[in-house]
Amino acid sequence: MPKLYTGAEIVFKCLEDQKVEHIFGYPGGAVLPIYDELKNHTSIKHILVRHEQGAGHAAEGYARSSGKPGVVLVTSGPGATNVVTALTDAYMDSVPLVCISGQVPTHLIGTDAFQECDTTGITRPCTKHNWLVKDINDLPEIMHEAFKVATTGRPGPVLVDIPKDIQFAKTKYKKPKKEKKLNRKSNNKFSQKQIDQLIDLLKNAKKPVIYSGGGVINSGPKASDALREFVELTGFPITSTLQGLGAYPGDDNQFLGMLGMHGTYEANNAMHDCDLLINIGARFDDRITGKIDEFSPNSKKVHIDIDPSSINKIIKVDLAIVGDVTKVIGRVNKTILKNKNGHSKSNKSNIAKWWEQIQKWREKESLNFVNSNDSIKPQHAVQRLYELTKDKDTYVTTEVGQHQMWAAQHYKFNKPNRWMTSGGLGTMGYGLPAAVGVQIAHPEKLVVDIAGEASVLMTMQEMSTAVQYNLPIKIFILNNQYMGMVRQWQELLHEKNYSESYSEALPDFLKMAEAYGCKGIKAENPSELDEKIQEMIDYNGPVIFDCHVDPNENCFPMIPSGKPHNQMILGPNDQEENKIKGKGKALV
Amino acid sequence: MPKSKSAYSVPTKKEKSDTYIFVVWVDNESGVLARVVGLFSGRGYNIESLAVAEVDAVKNISRITIVTTGTPQVIDQIKLQLAKLVPVHKVAEFKREDKNVIFKEMALFKITGKKKKMEKCLNACKKFDLVILDETKTSKVIQITALRREIDKISKKLKPWGLISASRTGAVAMTRGAKIFN
Repeated sequence: MPKLYTGAEIVFKCLEDQKVEHIFGYPGGAVLPIYDELKNHTSIKHILVRHEQGAGHAAEGYARSSGKPGVVLVTSGPGATNVVTALTDAYMDSVPLVCISGQVPTHLIGTDAFQECDTTGITRPCTKHNWLVKDINDLPEIMHEAFKVATTGRPGPVLVDIPKDIQFAKTKYKKPKKEKKLNRKSNNKFSQKQIDQLIDLLKNAKKPVIYSGGGVINSGPKASDALREFVELTGFPITSTLQGLGAYPGDDNQFLGMLGMHGTYEANNAMHDCDLLINIGARFDDRITGKIDEFSPNSKKVHIDIDPSSINKIIKVDLAIVGDVTKVIGRVNKTILKNKNGHSKSNKSNIAKWWEQIQKWREKESLNFVNSNDSIKPQHAVQRLYELTKDKDTYVTTEVGQHQMWAAQHYKFNKPNRWMTSGGLGTMGYGLPAAVGVQIAHPEKLVVDIAGEASVLMTMQEMSTAVQYNLPIKIFILNNQYMGMVRQWQELLHEKNYSESYSEALPDFLKMAEAYGCKGIKAENPSELDEKIQEMIDYNGPVIFDCHVDPNENCFPMIPSGKPHNQMILGPNDQEENKIKGKGKALV
Repeated sequence: MPKSKSAYSVPTKKEKSDTYIFVVWVDNESGVLARVVGLFSGRGYNIESLAVAEVDAVKNISRITIVTTGTPQVIDQIKLQLAKLVPVHKVAEFKREDKNVIFKEMALFKITGKKKKMEKCLNACKKFDLVILDETKTSKVIQITALRREIDKISKKLKPWGLISASRTGAVAMTRGAKIFN
């Protein structure tokens, strides 16, 4: 007779078979049997967080920086509800997470038992799928399917809710089945005919632009290689969404910078004026498109995405290719090379004029700002951080707000998986726990959370986790004492009524660092900035860096006001002529 | 229009909405209806009627029929979003005007009153496969099958003649001819 295992043992056997090395979690009554079993599985390391939301974001950082699914273990009731924000965040940004939650014993479900909540009900809209395990015999299969669902197709979070009695019950263990079909949810449906259509469009384009997104990152490092080859073969300009940064080198001449609400002048104008728009693994998010009616009005649009429901959701496209980016772009590159062998007819000369136009837009230098000798400008701080860390294969996370946009604009990423930020959900408090997860996945690398003082306070408790595991994360706080992006919108749209956006009684971050047992560094003057940043980098341990920046700085450029891509507000010099008015306010 | 100061765009011009019928084959497991219905409510789609029951006990498959309205773009989205759900096997959608598909709904009516008025009711219902399920001296319970709009009309008509209670199903659908949905 085959050996019988308890539910708790089966959870770990599944994790082992799925090659899980780290789980992020927090114990509680309904998961104690699983925690009890932890000691018998030395290949799996548990990272104890200080709040379940932190576990979720740490797992996201882990997943995004390593390409492996992040695993979260929480208890029932508040444990599960606390992780909902992170699950929603992962769902919006397509991050593979497997969350295991404890549940009250099956006979108590529905009785409003202690720490009971309808976890599968609450997480249904923020997971790709979830399971309530009511029968121990289903557990092995559900666990394996959970990993499969989380990591295949468009990745995302899943949740397995395991009642306490199921964790004690016994059954046989089953290994993961090879290639279990998920109700025919195949993801590579493209044909050579579609590739050929794309090649035709490439040939005839005079004003093309490539717009790549997080799908390239999710498809793995090979996708970035394929993308780079594609850009080189075509000679086309490329722009990227927030989530796509790093897929293409940020300092390359063909890269136009990020596009969208706070994207560069050249990227947004190229999007507006192009005659061929190739979307690779992005989703026409509303922060990208601006006004839909006037979005890239004269272009043929191509959309390459693994998720069929992303196609034609916001913007109708002329050619849709459903498939994994690595496979699709790989095939496109092959076809281009094959065609070239006979009669090398590159259309690089076709687009020379287009590049001239782009050069003119570039001359606007839309990321420029007025630097100062008296106060640290936040953009300057990010630029200095970049210059001092660019040779180190640095991993950067962010919180959400102005500092996030400045980081995206001024930090140039050259490799995929180095940039972890909350784009879709825009979760303040994401960056610090995400940095914890990144550092766990890459213990030897430099991990910096470019933070705002308001955001970072939302999950500050995870500094304690960083100290416990001696994770040398660097929390680089651009401290302007405001919820900066809120203040910026209030300044531009609400007649400078700074309603509740100023943080009085901020903590002393140096003392806070001391209290957590890590190092605190403060910089207030531009002249000392480099030296202090270097001190942060050189310190072998977690650091809270309190960088006091100009509190009145706004994040430009910016697409305002019910306007399309080609009507941006640039820096302070440009503002007088471009006041945001009337109906346009709604769009910012 | 009052000035919006929200962080989002104002809605742009809307296309024309049409009525469609979705047929969804799902694993008959707990929570599956909540997933399908939750997708509709969560994404702001409309449900006019809903019918669901197990159709294959061996394969454990239920068939959900949903009547909804939407622009072609929304209908396309509904289909693709439904197909993404893990327990969903396949999705088919039909325009209500589609001549190749039969749509039926059933209604139970309770009628009370004088014999003459009840007779009038029965006559009016004759063309809808009338079945008399229960009779007393002062009441009748009848069953009809018809299209939604026909049932709307007839129930309105029967009200003054003694219709005191109506119970209706959602629409179910089947293609004509030997072919099946695929």
